[in-house]
This record gives sequence, structure tokens and C-alpha cells, in this order.
Amino acid sequence: MAKRLTKPFIYLILIAFSLFYLMPVYVLIVTSLKPFDQISLDTMWQLPSTIDLSSYSTAFSKLAPNIMNSFYLVIPATLLSALFGSLNGYVLSKWKFKGSEIVFTAILFGMFIPYQSILIPLIVFLRDMGLYNSIPGLIFTHVVYGLPITTLMFRNFYASIPYSMLESAKIDGANFLKIYGKIMFPLSISGFVVVAIWQFTNIWNEFLFAVSLTQSDQQPVMVALQNLAGSQVVQWNVQMAGALLAALPTLLVYILVGKYFVRGLLAGSVKG
Amino acid sequence: MKGNSDRIWSILFILPSIIFIGIFVYGFISWTGYVSLSEWRSLIPNYSFAGFENYLNLFKDFRFQADIRNTIIFTVLFIGAVAFMGQLLAILIDQNIKGESIFRNIFLFPMALSFVVTGVVWQWLLNPSTGVNLLLEKIGLSPKWYVSTEVLFGIPIGKIEFGIPVAIIAIVIAAVWQMTGFSLAMYLAGLRGIPEELKEAARMDGASEWKLYRKIIFPQLRPITMSVIIIMAHISLKIFDLIYAMTGPGANYVTDVPALYMFETTFRANDYASGAAIAMILLISVAVFIIPYLVVNRRED
Amino acid sequence: MKRYGFLWMIAILLIGTMAACSDSDSSSDGSGGEGKIELFSWWTAGGESEGLNALMDQFKEEHPDIEIENAAVAGGGGSNAKAVLANRMQGGDPPSTFQVHGGDELLAGWVAADKMQPLNDLYEENNWKDVFPQDLIDMVSKDGNIYAVPVDIHRGNVVFYNKKVFEENNIEPPKDWNGFLEVAEKLKSKGITPLALGDKNVWPSTMVFESILQANLGAEDYNKLWNGEIPMDDERVVKSAEMFKKVLAYVNEDHSARAWQDGSQLVADGKAAMNIMGDWANGYYKSKDLKPGEDYGWFASPGTEGEFQVITDTFGLPKGVENPDQVKEFLTVLGSKKGQDAFNPKKGSIPARTDADMSKYGKYSTDTIKDFKDSKLTPSLAHGSAAPEQVVTKVNQAVNVFVTQQKVDQFIESLKQSVSSLK
Repeated sequence: MAKRLTKPFIYLILIAFSLFYLMPVYVLIVTSLKPFDQISLDTMWQLPSTIDLSSYSTAFSKLAPNIMNSFYLVIPATLLSALFGSLNGYVLSKWKFKGSEIVFTAILFGMFIPYQSILIPLIVFLRDMGLYNSIPGLIFTHVVYGLPITTLMFRNFYASIPYSMLESAKIDGANFLKIYGKIMFPLSISGFVVVAIWQFTNIWNEFLFAVSLTQSDQQPVMVALQNLAGSQVVQWNVQMAGALLAALPTLLVYILVGKYFVRGLLAGSVKG
Repeated sequence: MKGNSDRIWSILFILPSIIFIGIFVYGFISWTGYVSLSEWRSLIPNYSFAGFENYLNLFKDFRFQADIRNTIIFTVLFIGAVAFMGQLLAILIDQNIKGESIFRNIFLFPMALSFVVTGVVWQWLLNPSTGVNLLLEKIGLSPKWYVSTEVLFGIPIGKIEFGIPVAIIAIVIAAVWQMTGFSLAMYLAGLRGIPEELKEAARMDGASEWKLYRKIIFPQLRPITMSVIIIMAHISLKIFDLIYAMTGPGANYVTDVPALYMFETTFRANDYASGAAIAMILLISVAVFIIPYLVVNRRED
Repeated sequence: MKRYGFLWMIAILLIGTMAACSDSDSSSDGSGGEGKIELFSWWTAGGESEGLNALMDQFKEEHPDIEIENAAVAGGGGSNAKAVLANRMQGGDPPSTFQVHGGDELLAGWVAADKMQPLNDLYEENNWKDVFPQDLIDMVSKDGNIYAVPVDIHRGNVVFYNKKVFEENNIEPPKDWNGFLEVAEKLKSKGITPLALGDKNVWPSTMVFESILQANLGAEDYNKLWNGEIPMDDERVVKSAEMFKKVLAYVNEDHSARAWQDGSQLVADGKAAMNIMGDWANGYYKSKDLKPGEDYGWFASPGTEGEFQVITDTFGLPKGVENPDQVKEFLTVLGSKKGQDAFNPKKGSIPARTDADMSKYGKYSTDTIKDFKDSKLTPSLAHGSAAPEQVVTKVNQAVNVFVTQQKVDQFIESLKQSVSSLK
């Protein structure tokens, strides 16, 4: 009886929240469809009188050269940092050694350094390694500074997997790597999904490293997106259209990977 | 014997991370710390020792005092709201509803946008004369959002009023809007990880839904909440792009944060020493929060 | 599937990394290589980037053998670009040439840090001393050496006003600040915001204060304020602060919610009458299809007639650049009449040279070119020319607090502190 009443109620709340969450998206889309001279603070709610798609073509032509850079950057960087995070998490939760808590704390702390303050030594270091102004250099930077967060996520994820599973695998003769490949990795699909979503979005949207460590033809799309704006006058229609275009890959990831939450559910039920 | 080789393997696997973190985090922090004690206050590097002068000047500074207040208030409100919203929405979505993926993607979508753009959109939306107030005025409300310079529950400390700056709430709304998707995903993954049997067993015992959540589900979600808090804490300390695009430092520094101050001090005023000092203070204050987290964590192990 | 998941992942990973490496190997040999000029600015969109492209085309035409690359970085009036530039200069990777405001931003910044090469020979070769005003050359010179080539001029002390609002209310442009207050009172009683302000980024308020200061001190003494010869507790400064406070009573209530464009927009919409803004506002109004001289007009900010607050973008030659001769070729084009007349009409600024081809410029610009020739030139504080960046940042902070708290004593005290590092 209570169930029957709560379902519509749940939908109601969800729809209300959805509308709230979509409000800025509405403004974004409406603005992107207006010609520049119709845009002002006072008319931001109004629908455009005529639909003007020119801002999309302008934005696209300026963003296109940098989109591929972003893919070359984001895909390896996301996979590598997820892999390292998962290995670290595995070691730090299931193969604790003397001082492993301190190591974990030390790694975790790295999450909080303000990147603005370490750019100068970072540039000097990357130049010495020959990685400055290159996408591999940017990948490297993102993987290193992604370590704390991915390690944290996986460690907490693995913490819920009981030791007993490892013990029985060990008795069956599985070693460090085999346990990871056969037990931990399959069990952490949903963990990988969450970490991948996080890293993919963050690296895709990251601006500071991108703008400081690469120049013109090496730059990822976020820098190009910023460059749509002038120093004094900002063409908001082009900016918003560009923002929507630049967000498409991340959105696509959510839609595709979102399914794996269900996979994660299956993997999770193996646990019991 | 075999156990030993596994041990070596495990350390071998984590070693590269330790080395890189050592250089890129601790090496560079040491450099920053060194600069923060120097007299490098122009474009000309000057490493002569200044002692704690840069720090003392900061603590005496109205703007920095306001920054500390804003960061504390923002962090608390932001983390609380993100954790709450994420949990609420995850539980609602987890109720075997139709269109689950649609709802999930709606809440995830804001994360796909860059802070810079959402900052601008929210700046428009919460503009007191043209934004959501056009709707709110119909029900007799017209909050001033981020234009307000009011500080709620203010008590004078140092040069500032300590309390909740009204303007911060506007930024919290924008930041929560953007980050809820992530905590939703975390909680959803967490909820799905709770074995059905556990829930079934509780239901068999005649526990009500509320009791089921309170006794079984919420405790199981605690490690996730911990992750959410830590991750959001680091977002909140570095919330730079959003504020930069949305309000800037704000009138009377009601929406200013240390990251913004650091950026201006270092790259606008070319005062590298003071900029580094702000970075160090940020780090030290983080350490103060991280240690209790680890204590709690260890107790749970 | 589960069994091979791990292997799958490694495979994807390797392919991804290889793709990334192979793609960038060809061009990862750093920057500033032989035969390439990297042009660093914050001009990324609209008229400014069109102007830049016109200038680059001009250069390519004259030097087809030299490769030139546009390395512009966007973001709020150049703040991102300045950060990137600072990091690259400190990290030992200077761009071939970069945009910097003339005055202290260049002189107290990069020149004092010994990062720039003098360009005296270039000035001799091209006889530039005859075509750039001496006041302007002084803004890029230190100890007898000239360090940069100015490409454009913007004016800071301009009030833009809505012509219809002025006509309907029978208002004439005020000559001084007391006159401004009278006009403002009249407008306010009619329900029109007298002065539009969009000070989300603080500097627009600083421009208002700067205008008042300059009116009260005059150009000469105003400059002495920023080299420490006149103290900040001078009674004229105090008077200016009090006037600033009075003026602030006539601005739109949501000023801190607005960026400068959103402030200028109020004038365009007729909701506000006036806006003190640099003349890039002219470019903004044009992009909004408003007609100069019909929909909007302009006058020098009250009490500063005959004075021209200069904001100039200049380019210099950093030390450590591999191909200085090629960069000098570029600077030659940048300082040439052809180059400046290609750049400025598109950007909406006026040329730094005084021998421009007037037929290429619009109504506002031709008026301004005349003023530029006849007026006393003064550097602008809000845009980093009058004082070192450190001082500007601190003055901005003081102004930001004053706009809300409006405590004159405290304001003067903060101003004193902000210039204390000058000695």
C-alpha cells in the first residue's frame, strides 16, 4: 500500500529536481541560438526570435583542430591513472606493509596542493625531460596528479571486499597478479566506471595545466574554448555553443558508461 | 617463500607512484615553502630569507581574513549539500524506477560542462534584477544573491565580520549543481554494491524501509561518504574557475577565496613570496582536516 | 569477458599512448625554434584577433620565408595570458615577442627584471622617434633605452552616454565633478540610473576613482602620486575619495554583479545615462549595432579635458630568444604605418603613430586620433601603466573594500600602504 503511494511521489521529486538541474542548460541552449546583438542579461530567459545556428558553426570551426588533441590526451591519461590508482588501491588495502598507512596519507595529501603554485618547477622539470609542450607531457602530468584521487577511490572500493576471498584464492595458488586479474579487477568494474567518469571529465575540462604546458597546435579543446572569448568583448552565443559542443564527448561517456552501473550491480552481487 | 615474492611484487607496483608523488608533490611543495619564506616580491627571483614576514602580513590582511571565513563557510555548506543531494537522489533513483538512465544523465550532465561556462550561466541566473528573481518575485521573494554584502550571524573577529556571507550561498548553489552528479554516481555504485541478501534478511525480520536504511544501508555507505567528503574538500579548496567566472572576489571580498587571492598575488602583482605563503597556509589547513579523517579510517579497519 | 578484461584494458592503453606519442613526436621539439616567430597575446576573438590576423598577413606578405605562429591565450582582460607568460618567462621559455601594456607593466616588470633587450637601433633605422609621440616613447623607455614598440592606443578617461536620455532630460555633458553630481541628481529624480558601473572585476571602479583623482590633481601631480612624490594623504586625494563616495550613490545597485559589458549595456538600453569606460566600449556598442554619435555619444571624463589617459599595447624582444633578427623584422612591420593601419581599424583602437591614414578609421576613432595629437598624455593606473602591478593590485583591493564600506579614513590608509613598496 505504502509502495503504491511512494512511487508517484518519487517521480514527482525527481522531476522537480530535474527541472531545477536543467534550468541552466535551458539558458545555455537559448543563448547559443541567439545572434550576438540580441544577448543581454535582461533577455536571457527569452526564446530567440529567430534561430541562429551560426554560433555553432563558428564555434565548431575554431574548436575542431583541438578536439583530437583532447582525445589523445584524455583517453590514455584516464586509463593510465585508473590503472595505477587501482593497483595502488589494491596494494594499500590488501597488501598492507609496514608504513603503508603513511604512504597512503602521503599520496592522498598530494590531492590538495594548489597547482597554481607549482607551475614553475613543473615547467622546468618537463623541459628537462623533453616533455614540455607535448601531449605525452600533459598525459604524464595528469596521471601523476591524478594518483591521489584514483588511489583513494579504489582503496575505499577494495576495502569492502572481504579478505576471505583473497585467502581462498591464495590457497588455490594464486599470486599477487593473478588475484588482481581474476578477483579484484572484475569486482571493481563499477569502481572503474566511477573513476573513469571522474578522470575523464576532469582532464577533459582541465584548463590550467593545458594552457601552461602546451602551446597552440598541441593544446586541448578547453583552451580553444576559452580562446573563443576576446579579452574585452565576449560573444556569449559562440561561447555557449562551444561549451555545448565541447561537452558532447563527456556526455557521450556518461550515456555509454552509465550502463555499466548495471554491470557493476552484477559484479557486486558476486561478492556475497 | 611465495608470500615473500608477492610482497616484493606489491611494493614494486606501488613504487613508481611513490617516487612520482615524492618529486611532483613533495619536491615541489618544498620549493613553494622555500619561496614563501623568501623576499621574491617582483619578477626578479630573490631567494633571500624573509622569515615569516609574508605569513604575518597575510594574517593581518583584511582580504585574507575574509578568505579564510569564506573558505570555511563554503566548504561546510558545499560538502554537506553535495553529500546530502547525492545520497537523496541516488536513493530515489535506486527505487527501480522507469527512465532511470534519463534521470541519472540529467544529474550527471552539469559535470560535463567546464566551470568557466557554468560560472557565467549561474551568474546570469542569480543576478538579482534579471535572473531567477523574475520568478521568485511573484511569490514575494527577492534575494540579492551574490550582490549582497551582508554577513549572517556576524561576530567581529580581527578586521572582518565572521559569519555566513549571503553571497557565498549563490556560489554554493552553482557548485552543488555542478558536482552532485559525482556524489550521485558514487552513492549509486555504493548502493548497488550492498548485497541484496542483506536487505532481504532485514525485510524478513520485519524492519520498516526507514529502519532498513538507518540500520543497514547508511552504515554501508559510510566509506563512500568519506570519499565524497575528501574529494569534495579538495574541489572546494581549489574552486577557482567557478568563482573566477561567476563573481570574482566580490564586493568587500564576500566571495573571495584563497585560490583567487593566490592567483592575483602571484601572477598579477608578481608577489611570488606571498602567493607561495597562501599556498602553504592552504596546505597546512588541509592537513588539519585530513589527519582526523585518517584516524577515523584506521579505527574502522 | 571478465577474464580478458584486464588484458583488454592494457591493450587499449598501449594503443592510446602510442597514438598520442606518435602524433606529437613530430612537433614536440619545443618552441622558439629557428625560423619561427611565436606571437604571444591575449587577443583571441572578435576585432582584436581580426586585427592581429591582418597584421600577421601583412608580415607574411613581406616575409614569406619566416614562419609566424599566433599563440594567443584568452581570459578576462589578459589575466590568464599574464599568468602563462610569467610561468614561461620564469621557466626559461620566453615567447618570441609578447603583448604588454606600456608603462610600469613593462618597465617596472620585465625590463626591471632584466628580461628584455633594448630596441634603440630599430627605432633609429625606422626613424620612429619622429612618428611616435615623445610621451609615448617615454612609456616604453628606461635609462635611455627603448624596450618595446607600441602598436595601438586606447583612451581610458572617456564617458559614454546615451544621447536620447541626455536629450529627453535636457542635459549637457558636465565639465567637472560637481557638475556631474548636479546632472546625476536630476537623472535620479527621473528614475534613471545616472552612472552605469559593472565592477565585478573591480578595475572599472578603479577607473572611476582614477578619473576623479586625475581631475583633482591634474595630469602632472597625478603621476607624482604613483612615484611616491606626493603622499596619499594629500588633501586632494582625500577630497577625491569623498567625491568618489558621493558618486557611488548614483550607480546601479547591482554593479558588483555585472562585468563591464553588462554595465555598458545599461547605457545602450537607456536604463542608465553614463558609463566611465575605456574606449573598447565603443567597439562593444558597435558590435551591438548602435550608431556612434546618434545612439551614443562621448566626452572626456569630467575635469580631464585636454588630457588623454593612455592604454597602449606594446611588443618587445625578450632575452633568450633564438632568432632575434627575425623577431626584429616582425617588430618593424608592427611599427610601420602599413602594419598599424592594418591592425587598428579592425581592433577599434587608434594607431600609436601620429601619421595614420585617417580614411581607414570610423567617427569615434578619427575624433580620438585628433585628441591624441593635441592632448597631454598620462598613463592609466587601472591598466598597469602608471604604477607597478603590485601597487595596482593593492589599489584595486582598497577600492573594492571602499566601494562597500565607504570609509574614507580607512581607504586613505590602504592607499598609503599600497604605495609603501615604492620607496
